[in-house]
Amino acid sequence: MSTSSDVDHPQEGPGKLVLKLRGISKNFGAVSALADVDLDVHAGEVVALVGDNGAGKSTLVKILAGVHQPTSGTIDFDGEHVVLSDPATALGLGIATVFQDLALCENLDVVANIFLGRELNPVRLDEVSMEIRAWTLLNELSARIPSVREPVASLSGGQRQTVAIARSLLTEPKLILLDEPTAALGVAQTAEVLDLIERVRARGLGVIVISHNMEDVRAVADRIVVLRLGRNNGEFGPDVSNQDLVTAITGADENSVSRRASRRGMQQSREALI
Amino acid sequence: MTDDTQRVSTARLLDRRDERVAHADTLSGTIGAFVDRVRSGDLGSLPVVVGLLIICTAFQSLNPVFLAPDNLVNLLFDCSTVGVISLGIVCVLMVGEIDLSVGSVSGFSSALIGVLWVNQDWPVAVAVVTALVLGASIGALYAFLFNRLGMPSFVSTLSGLLAWLGLQLYLLGSSGSINLPYGSPLVNFGQMLVMPPIVSYTLAALAGVVVFATGYRMAARRRAAGLSASTLSRLLLKAALVIVVLEFIVYYLNLARGVPWMFGLFVGLCVVMNYALKRTKWGRSMSAVGGNREAARRAGINVRQIHMTAFMLCSTLAAAGGILGAARLASSSQQAGTGDVNLNAIAAAVIGGTSLFGGRGSAYSALLGIIVIQSIASGLTLLDLSSSLRYMITGAVLAVAVIVDSLARRSRVSHGRA
Repeated sequence: MSTSSDVDHPQEGPGKLVLKLRGISKNFGAVSALADVDLDVHAGEVVALVGDNGAGKSTLVKILAGVHQPTSGTIDFDGEHVVLSDPATALGLGIATVFQDLALCENLDVVANIFLGRELNPVRLDEVSMEIRAWTLLNELSARIPSVREPVASLSGGQRQTVAIARSLLTEPKLILLDEPTAALGVAQTAEVLDLIERVRARGLGVIVISHNMEDVRAVADRIVVLRLGRNNGEFGPDVSNQDLVTAITGADENSVSRRASRRGMQQSREALI
Repeated sequence: MTDDTQRVSTARLLDRRDERVAHADTLSGTIGAFVDRVRSGDLGSLPVVVGLLIICTAFQSLNPVFLAPDNLVNLLFDCSTVGVISLGIVCVLMVGEIDLSVGSVSGFSSALIGVLWVNQDWPVAVAVVTALVLGASIGALYAFLFNRLGMPSFVSTLSGLLAWLGLQLYLLGSSGSINLPYGSPLVNFGQMLVMPPIVSYTLAALAGVVVFATGYRMAARRRAAGLSASTLSRLLLKAALVIVVLEFIVYYLNLARGVPWMFGLFVGLCVVMNYALKRTKWGRSMSAVGGNREAARRAGINVRQIHMTAFMLCSTLAAAGGILGAARLASSSQQAGTGDVNLNAIAAAVIGGTSLFGGRGSAYSALLGIIVIQSIASGLTLLDLSSSLRYMITGAVLAVAVIVDSLARRSRVSHGRA
């Protein structure tokens, strides 16, 4: 289904607006975790959410997943004003979340995990239909899962991420949130997951990716939204320089990352002189 | 049919596209896959079968009465009472919890039968239902303590062990035991009633037919859907094997009194429980909660409700086991449910292959496990050994079973099969 051409070049112009956040704030007691945050996500668009620790990324994702409720601000989903009062509501509307720890049952096989809590035919499980649906989903994602009847414990980290994403696609969501999908993955597995994100985008879903890895973010995102101390701190295209991105994330030209870079640069030029 | 055409035809199947996975399509392939599975620590019921063979050989060589049909019929009568309790233990172990009070609950319900039926002259059916309902409410209490107050099941059931034992002693009062009337249906059921040969032979054949019919339907559906399916010859072989083995057992038991109805009830409960655990959403949720509670919760499973059903089923089955035990002994006594009943029930489930760590198990593990435990007890009794030795040996067998479980689990983790 997905060819390399639509992977390399995102579709001409984003689709219609799926998610519109305006003025989202969240206070935990005296601490203001989010202050007046705006965010737009279109269909068929990958938006990367980056920021330092404590920037409010996770809080924002939890609000979208229905785990937390915003103190103020409005959420428009699919053109309508919505209130995400609990995780089931968010899921019902079409917002699927893949949390960092994946939450798979290692003792169950891939089919059972994909359909967990949503089994077909509760009193006489329809294993055949579930297996076919699981294969269809995995094949659409061009996933490399050897067998869906093996327990998840036998899968690699990247394959588990694939299962978790396939699981979230089962409900036909319009927006999918991925929390650190490439953390703790090897080089090849990271590339596989990035491919996977692009295939999800090609299906016309809006995708929000949270990551600390600047390289991954620039490789896959159509837009990069920076949060800093709970506020919007800039929006960039995928061709932004690392320097600019780090500046936006840390909030200063002069920061530990740039200092380190210049120190190394000086060292190298000195070595070159000698 | 050449090898090549076969490969081409399987290559198109939806679940056979990945050439990295070995599939066992031939008989030797099946055996190879089985060996691989065992080596990686997925032992299934292999230890219990091996254990049973060792036990039978040892006791038979020491005392030839052991494998005599008469002794085996008695053994099956004895199996059924603790076996039903053990079936409940499988439920709580599936969700990764434990119930240490099953022995006391069974003793309590046995006392209840004596008091309500014999002393108070209630109809026997009403007394039985009352005991079962009270058993279920004990499980509900444990689940409440666990779900709402966060009390570990280990502690709540340990205190239950003492509390229900006390209640049993209180109910029986100073007399200490109540004799159930001989010749009543309940006592007959526990001591005498066996299936007529025609019924037992038919049931054994029926089991094979059901194995074949369900397997055939499944294979047809899978083939129609473009998935790999087992072949007709393999299905027939499996069904024939089931029929031959079961018919032989039935024939052998019919040389003596025959197959006890009580054992039939126990096996029936195992079959129903196996279906519920393997083929329903509830059973899938039980495994999920035992495997990863947080994942189950996030998948929208009502984890509290699953715990509730597990604890309630366990103590209801414990109460049922107590009633059967009273029927077997024709009395409700202070000794009912004490001693090794508790540990035998738990040991049977673990020996049969249900993991103490949750998420893995099968209803049939109660059946296989209790036969092992009861064989040891019966063999030692035949050798005229005192209960002191019997306790020590049963304890050692339980320890070995748990060691096998732990080692197999470690091996599964390192082979990626946890």
